[in-house]
Parts: sequence; structure tokens; C-alpha cells
Amino acid sequence: MIKLESVSKTYADGTEAVKDLSMEISEGEFCVFLGPSGCGKTTSMKMINRLIPLTAGKISIDGVDTMELNVNDLRRGIGYAIQNIGLFPHLTVEENVCTVPRLLKWPKAKQHARAEELMDLVGMDPGTFLSRYPSELSGGQQQRVGVARCLGADPPILLMDEPFGAIDPITRSRLQDEFLKIQAKIKKTIAFVTHDINEAIKMGDTIALMREGVLVQYADPAELLGSPKNEFVRNFIGADRVLKGLRLLRAKNVMKMPPFLVNVGEDPMQVKQRMEGAGFRWSMLVEDGDRFLGWVTCEDLEPSKPIREIITPPTVTATEDTPLNEALSLMLSSAIGTLAILDEDERLVGVLSFDIIRDVLGENVDVEPPCEEDAT
Amino acid sequence: MRRYVILGVLLAILCGVTIWMTSLGSVGIFKVAPPGKVLGEALRHLQIVAVAEGFAILIGIPVGFLVTRRALRYISPLLIGIANIGQTIPTLAFIAMAALALGMGFQAAVVALAAYTILPIIRNTYAGIRSVDPAVREAAQGMGMSKWQITTRVEIPLARPVIMAGIRTSTVVNVGTAAVAGMIGAGGLGAIIMSGIAVRATAIVIQGAAPTAALAVVLDAVLAKAEDWTTPRGLKVLKLAQWQAQ
Repeated sequence: MIKLESVSKTYADGTEAVKDLSMEISEGEFCVFLGPSGCGKTTSMKMINRLIPLTAGKISIDGVDTMELNVNDLRRGIGYAIQNIGLFPHLTVEENVCTVPRLLKWPKAKQHARAEELMDLVGMDPGTFLSRYPSELSGGQQQRVGVARCLGADPPILLMDEPFGAIDPITRSRLQDEFLKIQAKIKKTIAFVTHDINEAIKMGDTIALMREGVLVQYADPAELLGSPKNEFVRNFIGADRVLKGLRLLRAKNVMKMPPFLVNVGEDPMQVKQRMEGAGFRWSMLVEDGDRFLGWVTCEDLEPSKPIREIITPPTVTATEDTPLNEALSLMLSSAIGTLAILDEDERLVGVLSFDIIRDVLGENVDVEPPCEEDAT
Repeated sequence: MRRYVILGVLLAILCGVTIWMTSLGSVGIFKVAPPGKVLGEALRHLQIVAVAEGFAILIGIPVGFLVTRRALRYISPLLIGIANIGQTIPTLAFIAMAALALGMGFQAAVVALAAYTILPIIRNTYAGIRSVDPAVREAAQGMGMSKWQITTRVEIPLARPVIMAGIRTSTVVNVGTAAVAGMIGAGGLGAIIMSGIAVRATAIVIQGAAPTAALAVVLDAVLAKAEDWTTPRGLKVLKLAQWQAQ
């Protein structure tokens, strides 16, 4: 657990980078420091491993005041990754990854085993990459090695300063996903700096939003989006905060069972009757109760044709883990009103519709009520 | 490979000319320097260069390094300025000043040469250390390397090729400048050149000049090789990648 108590940083010229900051990052928590440039988020993070000395207050890790520790021992116990990665160009990937283990004088064999383990963790083949030099890697690969290096000696705490900032959006998104998967396994206590609200919402268990050296709001993403504390938070999140809130939910959280289903073996005319009776023009078509085949429309149903011959195959489907913002985007871009949610075995487990998403928005985010004018 | 052929041809010409001039025995009424004397002065020349270069390296690298430190960084523009202006002072003036201050002989020559050739070393050490990516330094610090470890494991290895290039430049300049030291009685191949000039015998001047050039060529090649050896492999890969990207 990292505890900051009334921490301040005042520079010699009187600039107050951080003012009276108090907060706690609990064990295993992914805390994102968010804010516009110059808000003190990076300074706050760097005070944790004393890269920037604090001028007032106290920072303690698991109850121990960081000022009481030898500064190099402190830093060796905290993983550190930065935007510009800062890989050592004259050292191989293995030597880079083993920087801290080497400083801690681990035995050679243990270092090598750890390097292999870390490469596997970040999804790079140890045999191929350990002996390479950083300049022989792509930007995304360098960033992965940077992450592997900060995990080198398996520190309980990680400090990450926009570690995915300098790469293209597609790679960034992939690395974010991968890192979340890694974090689910390793459960480190993380202080992560970014200016990107979307990254903060995606990655953070909690978000510490800062402005001009002051902590404005420290809350989990849903709370930050749902009840922004003041005008600044509201503006920083952006007008589309309602849509951003969708990112926090996954299909499995809100999907419903399909209201109407047709089994592929049914008699076409009976189905037609049933659909007309219920007022559906389209229906989902399944086999063996829940294996999703596609769609069937009322007009196509004819007495002589088995249903199997008139299936409209699905254009898009989603999985239970698809975030709602992506699901909504899929629905809009393919112009369908109902999205089938399938599990790994292609079994239909639920559906999403515009109505469902609208209901979710109503529940989760307190959209400001429109001004009520007196009817009289 | 072609580099070595050119180098070999050049050396063969220089040595050939020296041997030819020495084998003349005498030009007019003047005797040329005997082979033993040419060899002896060549060794003396090397000795002057080695001692002066040794001092220049021992002082230049620490000075160049120290002015990159935050506490001393304010000095660096001044020092680099002095270094650059120092290079514009004619060699002859430098040596003459040293002789005036310290008297004629070996000592004055070494001091003058060291002072003159220290400049590229300071400048390159400074530039090499400063060229280390701040992100690399920050990463090293953030992971808990001590100042000493950052210097020895990160800064020096990364700056080494540039520092070596400075030593190489400085040594080649030193070999040439050391010939002038012959004027102040320090010996070396310059002494043979001086005696040739005194009696206006071109052959004797060549006996001093050609081996001087040969020394410069050999030392340059040796130090180029040393530069290559001391460049970390990762940096060579980096350079290759940059070159291919162009």
C-alpha cells in the first residue's frame, strides 16, 4: 500500500507543482494519475520513488517512510517504465530485462530464467528476442521489453509514466489489453500516469484526476463519469462522458435473453404464424436450442422451403466480454438493431439492443435532467 | 579490405622514400642521417607523442566528463569555448610559449603537446556523455542504479565510440605537432627535419617528414580499429539500422 500524506513539491523558484496531496493506493490497485499537462501527475508519481524529492509531507510504502530507505534500494524494489522506454541501446534485450536482477546480484541462471519467463509474459519468444538489441525491435516490441524490464525483479509496485504514449493507436490498444491481462495475473500495485481519459477509464481501478497540483477527484472510473465532482472534472471527461461510461460495461453485464427464437427444424408456416402473432419481422435462428445460425425473416418463410435454406447469415456478433461502446459501434456500423452475443462455442447466450443500451445509460450515468419548465 | 590496400600502398611509399633517402649516404657535402639515427628519432618521436597523449587522456576524459555534471555544467560553455579558440592558436606559437615558460627540451614539448591535443578529447568526451538519451539515464536512475553504476554501465559505454574518436583525432594531430617540438630541442623526427632545413637539403627533410607521416597513418589505422573494438555491438546495430533507414 502506498500512502501519500500532505505531500507537496515546491521548486526553488516558488512553483508549486504538487500541493498538499493526500491519497492511498491500496495493494493490487491500478491507480491512474490523470490530468492535463502541468497538473503535477508525473511529479506525484516520481515522488514515490524519490526521482523528485518532495518538499513537504510524507510518502510511505507498507507503513515505511520512503525517506528512511536507501534511495537505490527503494527504487530497486519498484518497477519503473517511462514513455520513451529508455532501453539501454548497448545491451541486449536479456541484459535490459535483467537490469534490476543484476543490480540485486541474482545468480546468472536465475536471471536468465527470469528473462525467459518475462518474455513469455509479454508475448515475445525468448529464443528469438533475448539476444537482440533494442534497435532491432519495432516500437511496440521495445515497449513490451520496457514493461518486461520494469517487472524484472518482480517488484510489488510499478510506476508507469505514459508507458504506451509513444506508439500508434492500434498497437497501443493491443498493449493496453495485454497489460490488463498481465495485471490480472500479477496483481501489482500500480501508479500509472496518463493524460488520456480513455486510457484512464480503460486501465484504472481508480483515477486520481489532478489540476494545477491539486487532487480534484479520486474515484473509480464509473464514479468519475457518473458523478463528476465539479465543472473541471466534467469538462475534462468531455461532453461524451455518457458514451465513455459504456466502456466500463461489458455485454455480459447487461445482455438479455432473446425475446423470440426460431429453431431450424420447425415448420415454416407455424413459425410464420408465431412471428406474425408476436409482431416480429425478423427472428434469430438457432440449432439444438442455442447454436446460433443467423436470422430469418417472415417474408422468406414459405410452406415448401425448409427454414435451413432461407437463413440470412449473421454479419456481426459479439462476445460476452465485448465492452458496450464497441457493441454499440458494431450495431451502428452494420445497421442492425439486435446484436447476438455468443460464447466461445458459438452458442447464443444473449442479445443486446438499442433499447437495452439506452436503459443502461439511464441507470448508470446520471444525465442531467432537462430544465423543467412550468407548463402553466 | 580496400582501405587496407590503400593503407599498405601509402605506407610502402613513405617507408620506401625514407629508405631511399637514407641510402643516399650524402647529399653534396652533407651527410644524410644514418639509419640508426632515423630509427632512434622515430622512437623518440613516438615517446613524446605517447607521454603527451597519455597526459591528455588522463586529464581530458575526467575534465570532459565532469563538466557534464549538473554542478559543473555552467562551466562547460566556457571550457568548450576555450577549447575551440585554443585549436585556432598556431602550433608553433603554442610550443614557443611552452619553451619560454619551461625552458627548451622534452618537458616543454610534452606540456605543449598535451595542452594542445587535450582539446579534442575534452570536447568529444563532453559531447559523448551529453549525447546519452535522457530517457536512458532516467530509466537507469529510476531502476535504482547508483551514480557510479550509471556512469560506468550506461554513460561511458554509450559515449565510448565518441571518446575514442576524440583520442584518435588528438593522436594524429599530436604526431604532426610533435615534429615542431624538434625546434625546441626535444628531439624526435622534427630534429631531423630541422637539420635538413638548416642546410637546405631536401633529402634530409624528407628523412624526417616521411616517417612522421607514416607514424600518423599507422596510429590512425590502429586507433580506428580500437574504436571499432570498443564500440558496443548494440550501438553498431543501431548505426546500421539508422543508415538503412536513410
